[in-house]
Amino acid sequence: MIYHPTKAGRNACLALVFASCTMPAQADLSIAMTYLRQEVEAPPVLSNLDPIPEDRGIAGAEVALADTRTTGQFLGHDYQLEVVSVPPGDDLAGAAKAALASSRILLVDAPTADVLTVADLPEAQGALLFNVSSGARTLRDAECRANLLHTVAEDAMRTDALMQVLAARRWTRTVMIIGPRDEDRAFAETLRASALKYGVEILAEKDWTFETDLRRSTSAEIPLFTQDFPDHDVLLIADETDDFARYVQHNTWLPRPVAGSDGLHGEGWAPVLEQWGAVQLQNRFEKYAGRNMGARDYAAWAAVRSVGEAVTRSQSDDPAVLRAYILSDAFALDGFKGRSLSFRDWNGQLRQPMAVVNARALVELAPLDGYLHQTNETDSLGLDRGESACTAFGD
Amino acid sequence: MRLAAILLITTLPVAALPTATHAAGEIWVTNEKDDTISVIDVETRQVVRTIETGERPRGITFNSDGSRLYICASDSDAVQVMDPATGEILHDLPSGDDPEQFVLAPDDRHLWIANEDDAVTTVVDVETRKVVAQINVGIEPEGMAVSPDGKIVVTTSETTNMAHWIDTGKKEIFANTLVDSRPRHAEFTKTSNELWVSSEIGGTITVFDVATQAEKAKVRFEIAGVNADLLQPVGFKFTPDEKTVFVALGPANHVAVVNAETYEVEDYILVGRRVWHMAFSPDFTQLFTTNGVSGDVTVIDVASRQPLESIKVGRFPWGAATRF
Repeated sequence: MIYHPTKAGRNACLALVFASCTMPAQADLSIAMTYLRQEVEAPPVLSNLDPIPEDRGIAGAEVALADTRTTGQFLGHDYQLEVVSVPPGDDLAGAAKAALASSRILLVDAPTADVLTVADLPEAQGALLFNVSSGARTLRDAECRANLLHTVAEDAMRTDALMQVLAARRWTRTVMIIGPRDEDRAFAETLRASALKYGVEILAEKDWTFETDLRRSTSAEIPLFTQDFPDHDVLLIADETDDFARYVQHNTWLPRPVAGSDGLHGEGWAPVLEQWGAVQLQNRFEKYAGRNMGARDYAAWAAVRSVGEAVTRSQSDDPAVLRAYILSDAFALDGFKGRSLSFRDWNGQLRQPMAVVNARALVELAPLDGYLHQTNETDSLGLDRGESACTAFGD
Repeated sequence: MRLAAILLITTLPVAALPTATHAAGEIWVTNEKDDTISVIDVETRQVVRTIETGERPRGITFNSDGSRLYICASDSDAVQVMDPATGEILHDLPSGDDPEQFVLAPDDRHLWIANEDDAVTTVVDVETRKVVAQINVGIEPEGMAVSPDGKIVVTTSETTNMAHWIDTGKKEIFANTLVDSRPRHAEFTKTSNELWVSSEIGGTITVFDVATQAEKAKVRFEIAGVNADLLQPVGFKFTPDEKTVFVALGPANHVAVVNAETYEVEDYILVGRRVWHMAFSPDFTQLFTTNGVSGDVTVIDVASRQPLESIKVGRFPWGAATRF
């Protein structure tokens, strides 16, 4: 369990402030939510420069809770967020059952298989679950679930956004380095599919096989490793655990930009976003958490804000009513990305613009101008209605 | 007549005063990313002066006789007071953190300021330069409007999605009304006793009856070939007869012309990219819109509803005010 005394103090203070205001007569509602996290052992990586924040995701939900409570105070709606963090190897299903007994809205921060385990619990039927961590295609495809919405971007949304930029730049000849882990291979497959979708060629691929401490030998090893690639515009890297990719850039045989898991990459959120009012959210987050806001924080933020928006507009705390409102055309979430966000009614994925960024700046916000779509340009990113095998959401 | 004068002051800073010193007048535009103001001569449609300000200037308004200019310098956490004749910053007013927009009360003395990062509305006495009150409102307050009689100030909060109605005498909120997502701008009317609030992400303008604070109408927009989620109303201005409203539609790069009696959109005018706010020429025959992304100002002929010309200004032009 994680407890933030500062947050509790701030909200108590807000409650006092607003209690004195005249409020319209509205139904008093109390909305209980749980942030359920399966802790995972992070694999060892070469660099310790960017440790994973302890409160990754959770801080985003808590900032959204504060945002949502202010509206709630004016309307007589109260929101609670419990955080349950399950250590590796402990009983996630048991923790999920306990959480579902007291709150019918769950934010699930767990590996893909665990997300499904929770969604398939008998106790979870009729509840409203938000996947805030897994970008796996399968959860938006054949293995979708009616009670499971996704505020974290599908991996293909990240790679489609990147490929739109590469294609728009005419940097269409690429090569790829693939890391040794399962998630690296899965991400490589996602990159391949997006490359095909947007007409970007992957001319050659190499597996990353180094086992030495590359921090001392990059300048000798990487040029040789990349020397036999055919000429290319961009070097793609699939390294989803952020292990080695940072050592590749500026050590390659040919002077080429890096993209994929490092360098130019697509994200649901990044600290370099500042337009569209994003700087306000960044400031609120940084003030609260003392660090930059990342993609998982944003996913959790969007989940709580979606609940808040649905409760405010529907005046209901019934998960079925909230779900119906969230999936309806009336739903519009202000996500600080220049367009209103909504949910795809074929697989429950939050439809959102994607930031294509480097470490220092936003390069493009996808969808880019010129990528058209018959209903919504943002659906040029990720699994479209016709591609998804999901049937749990009906037609 | 007194009421009429007050209304003009609130909706169109320094409107129609007989003591005009500039025959043709000027449009003053804040450049958010250049920390400057571009001064456009209405007659020649040229930038005649560029004046330095504090950091990230956004909201801008003149007092009623045009002798003072107030500027929200958001990143300097100050409202700056400028002598428009010399361009000299006379002093800063205490404004609270991150002031974005403000409105000057009809008494010309109290400035009501939205503090975007702080979820408060700050009231400053411009003569004593003291904060008179701070009122807690929703998250990211932005739009500010004062009723023609000066008795009501409305703050809209972008994340809380509400219009907060403040009794200016008691300096307390007396009503909160929900609007669509991300309310940006608010204006009172006199003849119809309405409050109009634009919602950028919701893509609508909500019209309230001021007497009851009840929702009266909703204005919606539609442009063939532009995705609905890009129709994002921000700033808007009423013509002096209050029969027509010009509405900036942000990244849709159009200004909508709305019939204020039927709430129907009559026309769309193509302007520069990401249109934010606007100001009329002193004779109300031309409208100047700030286009943030293209870094220019579009001049619209009000009668024919046609764009006439684009004027290059600084980076990210945001606010606009008329100097008579």
